[in-house]
Amino acid sequence: MLLLCAREFFSLLASGDLDGERPPVSGEQRQGVPYNDSQIIMGNLHIGKSVLRKEGREKVTGRARYVDDIKLPGMIHGVTARSPMARGKIREIRFGSGIPWDEFTIVTAKDIPGKNCIALLIEDQPCLADSVVNHPEEAVVLLAHPDKYLLEEARRAVHFDIEPLPAVFTLEDSLAQTQIIWGEDNVFKTYQVEQGNIDSAWSSADFVVEGEYETGAQEQLYIEPQGMIAQASRSDGVTVWGSLQCPHYVHKALVRLFGLPKERVRVVQTETGGGFGGKEEYPSMIAGHAALLAWKSGKPVKMIYDRAEDMAATTKRHPSRTRHRTGVTRDGKLLAMEIDFTLDGGAYETLSPVVLSRGTIHAAGPYSCPNVRIRSRAVATNTPPQGAFRGFGAPQSVFALERHLDRVAEAIGISPEELRRRNFVREGATLSVGQVVQEKVQMGKLLDRALELSGYHEKRARFARENQNNVIKRGIGFASFLHGAGFTGSGEEYLASEASMRVSQEGKVQVLAGSTEMGQGTNTVFAQIAAEALKLDCEQIEILQPDTSLVPNSGPTVASRTTMIVGKLVETAALTIQKSLSDAGLIRSEYTQAEFQNACRQYIERFGELKALVKYQHPKDLHWDDQHYRGDAYGAYAWAVYVVEVSVDMRTAEVRVEDFVAVQEVGKVINPVLAAGQIEGGVAQGIGYALYENVVWQDGRMANGQMTNYIMPTTMDVPKIRVYFEELPYARGPAGAKGIGELPLDGTAPAIANAIASATGIDVKAIPLTPEKLMELLEKRHA
Amino acid sequence: MPDSQGKIRVQCEVNGKAVSFEAYPMERLLDALRVQMELTGTKEGCGEGECGACSIEMDGSLVNSCLIPVLQAEGAKIRTIEGVAHSAQLSALQQAFLTHGGAQCGICTPGMILAATNLLARNKNPTDDEIREGLSGNLCRCTGYTKIFESVVEACHTRKREQDA
Repeated sequence: MLLLCAREFFSLLASGDLDGERPPVSGEQRQGVPYNDSQIIMGNLHIGKSVLRKEGREKVTGRARYVDDIKLPGMIHGVTARSPMARGKIREIRFGSGIPWDEFTIVTAKDIPGKNCIALLIEDQPCLADSVVNHPEEAVVLLAHPDKYLLEEARRAVHFDIEPLPAVFTLEDSLAQTQIIWGEDNVFKTYQVEQGNIDSAWSSADFVVEGEYETGAQEQLYIEPQGMIAQASRSDGVTVWGSLQCPHYVHKALVRLFGLPKERVRVVQTETGGGFGGKEEYPSMIAGHAALLAWKSGKPVKMIYDRAEDMAATTKRHPSRTRHRTGVTRDGKLLAMEIDFTLDGGAYETLSPVVLSRGTIHAAGPYSCPNVRIRSRAVATNTPPQGAFRGFGAPQSVFALERHLDRVAEAIGISPEELRRRNFVREGATLSVGQVVQEKVQMGKLLDRALELSGYHEKRARFARENQNNVIKRGIGFASFLHGAGFTGSGEEYLASEASMRVSQEGKVQVLAGSTEMGQGTNTVFAQIAAEALKLDCEQIEILQPDTSLVPNSGPTVASRTTMIVGKLVETAALTIQKSLSDAGLIRSEYTQAEFQNACRQYIERFGELKALVKYQHPKDLHWDDQHYRGDAYGAYAWAVYVVEVSVDMRTAEVRVEDFVAVQEVGKVINPVLAAGQIEGGVAQGIGYALYENVVWQDGRMANGQMTNYIMPTTMDVPKIRVYFEELPYARGPAGAKGIGELPLDGTAPAIANAIASATGIDVKAIPLTPEKLMELLEKRHA
Repeated sequence: MPDSQGKIRVQCEVNGKAVSFEAYPMERLLDALRVQMELTGTKEGCGEGECGACSIEMDGSLVNSCLIPVLQAEGAKIRTIEGVAHSAQLSALQQAFLTHGGAQCGICTPGMILAATNLLARNKNPTDDEIREGLSGNLCRCTGYTKIFESVVEACHTRKREQDA
């Protein structure tokens, strides 16, 4: 499956014109280096420095241009009329009275020039529902008009006559097949991971501990809602500008939707006000809608969701259920881990198979266990499709595991830290999918440091003493975890990402990549990597705005892959440029900026052009078997231990996070301020995931789709997050860097749950643990 | 008085300049700023006064411009993010946000900087708790707020250094 997905992802590649009279340059020479053959640029010009955010000045002055800040001549507005029902047959669409409908552009499924689908892994999701609807808020009719206010009235005047069909709203009902709503069995995808022989392992275990854990949906809640502007005509093709993470995903979807040749579709990313996965696949939908309206009206169309529509209609983190059965010896050695992991994918497949894959591979954590069986599946329900959200399946399965291990430790009577310590994977040991770890893993060291920095032992003892007499009880807990960077398994191989670089006569260096900046720091990190390799100032480096007509396909900006995978391509491109200049005898090993500029001018005068296109090459020693789901799942992992201190008011059941220590190893840190910012922001999202962010479902619809009653952490809810990095440079990452972005979402929630359990003695098994839910648990205990 | 279309004329001062515009009386000030005056630095995050992305100063108070009907702006002195920097010179807060990683995706940043600017105008040396409270109406999904607190503290230090100098 994954193999197939990856091929599907393989999209338009920019042509590299490196032939001709120029000296031969190849950007591929550094990509296949053996693991220990360290060729890391151990630079100190820019790497490891908190270089200022490249687009920061525009952002702090309000001059940065987001999609809603852009106005095209003659532009009109577009809105979506959506299904009020979870599942049913569309009998009739009625356009109510009192609206001058002849002034409106009206689009239904019949107006789609190509295939009515959002092309992603498969093509099960329509762009506009035609005869049936499969979830509330499914788009059915599109309207455009110059007057925004009238447009909203018109949207409310579109009525649907829908014959209801029985629907499925929970993963339990979907598994029980109370109705078949997708395919033959409601199942999007299953995986099975087998290591050792679990069936014969149980008899040797001194203890067998079982548990079932649940996590809820979570809204990405980027502060800039989804938005897109489109211009489209038969003569000019389709162009969209918008808030998005993956320009080439949108490109692929529009090509299919319009049946146009690839070169007649253009996707441009505008400044993006947060994504977190929420702008990975959904922008293909809104881009399709805006473009259909533009195509029919002949005018540029702007489509901006308000918050309510964004929360109601777009993707969220998959709800999950995980069952653990763990066999362990008296002295705390893991013998058998049986894990059953289920995700609720919503009405269409979207990225569920890939989310499930990452969740499955992370389900057994950073531990060595000789016998493991993981069975997992993603199932359909009649809710809007769930989708990518930072962590991508791992936060769900890691929550279950790290909470479960605290319970295992309790069952056998050893400390939670000792249980982890006795089972941490080490260099040369094997992870559950059979990957022999090649990295110098330092989990024990990370654990020691995190416990020390947080004052864990002292606090645990003190809280145990003091809590007895206090109505506000304190607790401290932790989680240890890993997160694979880059696409899973053979994903990177099939993505075969590209990045390129070109240099002007004046020595100005342009980085051309499809990777997007959405706040996480792509622009700055790419500039640092390029400037370090070329020994230039960061200001000499320009990062081109992602535009599919100009930049190569660097793969999606997801999966903690941008710095590690695409950053490496940028570094290689820079070294290729340098080599071209050096081979032409224009620079020596050391040069000044002026000499570089001079060399570039001479090179371009002589050979016409100075550029390099680099394509990813999968390291030859990394193997993945898609059929048996075994092998080297990721090129590298980030490793971490997070310790949380909480207080619980036993009268109100309110939980406060009092202290947070996040210790991690993510390879070489390229920009300390940006890297710490990634961790802090991810931790805050994890705090919300654990304690506040409760999506209330009502017949498949989000009932609390407003910021007023879907609560994300404010300044009052987040302590100063203390972030520490251990730095072990990774030979295949640019300047030694690994991926970082998703990591903090994995361990935050279980660490909080463990701290609450430690404070209250309540066996936390589900998140979000809102005060209402905790109070129920406290009352149940007293009953 | 409303005209035949039901619109009124509003006169106010925006970023130190006198402004006069026509709008429906209940139109949101946010839209008048963004659409009519093309001051797009003020952002809309939720439209219901929860996120603070549309924060502006009105007669010295921090308000959510998505909740202000334009008729309330009559005669008001308004400051948006476009009026925070003095020509090309960033304010101490803007500079601190840039240096200390207070801005990531940038969408909450204008509102956050207005909120912080307003806080520091009222309280030159806020404690950590006062900073938290002063910014509690402004949501940020990227930073986890730690770097925003650091930015505000740094701006206080800068201002103090400048005054001492």
